[in-house]
Amino acid sequence: MFWSVTQSLLGGLLTTFQIFLFTLLFSLPLGLVLAFGSISRFSPLRYLIQVLVWIIRGTPLMLQLIIIFYGPGLWLGHNIWSGNEAGRITATVVAFSINYACYFSVIFRGGIEGVPAGQREAGQVLGMTKSQIFFQVTLLQMVKRVVPPMSNEIITLVKDTSLARMIAAYELTFAGYSFMKSNGLTWPLFYTGVFYLIFVGILTLLFNYIERKLDYFK
Amino acid sequence: MAILEVKNIGKQFDSTMVLNDVSFSLEEGNALAIIGSSGSGKTTLLRCLNFLETPDKGTISVKGETLFDAAMPLKEQEKALRTKRLHFGMVFQSFNLFPQYTALENVMLAEKLLAKERADFKQNKKEIYAKIEEHGIELLAEMGLADRMSHYPHQLSGGQQQRVAIARALALKPDILCFDEPTSALDPELTGEVLKVIRGLAEQKTTMIIVTHEMAFARDVSDQLIFMDDGVIVEQGEPKQVIDHPREERTKQFLTRYAQG
Repeated sequence: MFWSVTQSLLGGLLTTFQIFLFTLLFSLPLGLVLAFGSISRFSPLRYLIQVLVWIIRGTPLMLQLIIIFYGPGLWLGHNIWSGNEAGRITATVVAFSINYACYFSVIFRGGIEGVPAGQREAGQVLGMTKSQIFFQVTLLQMVKRVVPPMSNEIITLVKDTSLARMIAAYELTFAGYSFMKSNGLTWPLFYTGVFYLIFVGILTLLFNYIERKLDYFK
Repeated sequence: MAILEVKNIGKQFDSTMVLNDVSFSLEEGNALAIIGSSGSGKTTLLRCLNFLETPDKGTISVKGETLFDAAMPLKEQEKALRTKRLHFGMVFQSFNLFPQYTALENVMLAEKLLAKERADFKQNKKEIYAKIEEHGIELLAEMGLADRMSHYPHQLSGGQQQRVAIARALALKPDILCFDEPTSALDPELTGEVLKVIRGLAEQKTTMIIVTHEMAFARDVSDQLIFMDDGVIVEQGEPKQVIDHPREERTKQFLTRYAQG
């Protein structure tokens, strides 16, 4: 029984991992774009992003997921997500990417604004171009500043993937929970905790490594 | 002919007139000291020369070439801004060294980036980089930092950091080296080593503009002195004469206040 449960949970873990990976893949660049938009000199764009971030951070991710998944069918009269597992995972990734991009944008903005103006000015008086200043001077300082808050957010994402159960995506928590319904077994659900712990443990080691790598300057 | 000619520079922030009709010139090989209380506009003047601020009025010429003319459209001004900037070197009050690079890398960075624009860069990359490194090592040695080349800024004292910053500014061989209160962010016991380096540069006839609060230093080292107050040049002339026998009432008041600490 233990092995068949483990196998079944590993299947769920794969979905969890897919949601995690694709959400990061889309939300990181989108977050950077939103961050640049939120410090843009063009004020309508700035306000638009402020409102978006307010709405996304101001409502539960679970609600956003339900709206993204059921909304099109309910209000547009036509479901854009295919009813199979792939459709559910895609909808989850879309909802998560928007949500996480908003959180990331705030972190990135802090990173950009945290680099003292004097660094940019020092580059300017040395005749560097804007892109040279960004890539050679400010980028690494930004990265160093955003690693600790980003690791927090990314670890939260691992556990937020369990919300995908709301739209019946077969991720890790759903896999554990289903044994309760079908076999009356409760331990598989608790057993999922071990998988999350290992997942987060690996990420923690990775982030510690990155922080150590960037420790050589202050 | 003067190497630097500044005429009628004016600069306004919102409704505050920060610089009002500032004109002066500087001979090659001379050191100009600018003194004045905070808020007098001396730092803004230096920032205008380095194009970190855009003046609203006036012209700036170096070696007879007009680098800036407020009468020209802004787009025109921004053309070749990078090359125009290279006439000036800038040493900041807060050093602004790049924290992720060693002392030597800080000094070499701009020169390396500029070298990439050379036509022969691809063929002679190795020799070009070797030359730049040699130059960087030489500059740091001149600053008395031969044993600190591979230290990162946070491993250096304030005085050492500022000397690296001076070497970095010298690396591009600017026509005029500007110092914005180079010792104001330093502990008193560290100002000496930085002032000594600047004094050495003056002895080598480096053309310099030094904004400073070190009155005795300004009096000794500079060939020309400007006292600014409220965005205007109140008095300028021979340093010993201005400091020891000021003609203007405002200069007298400033120097008295300064002497009282």
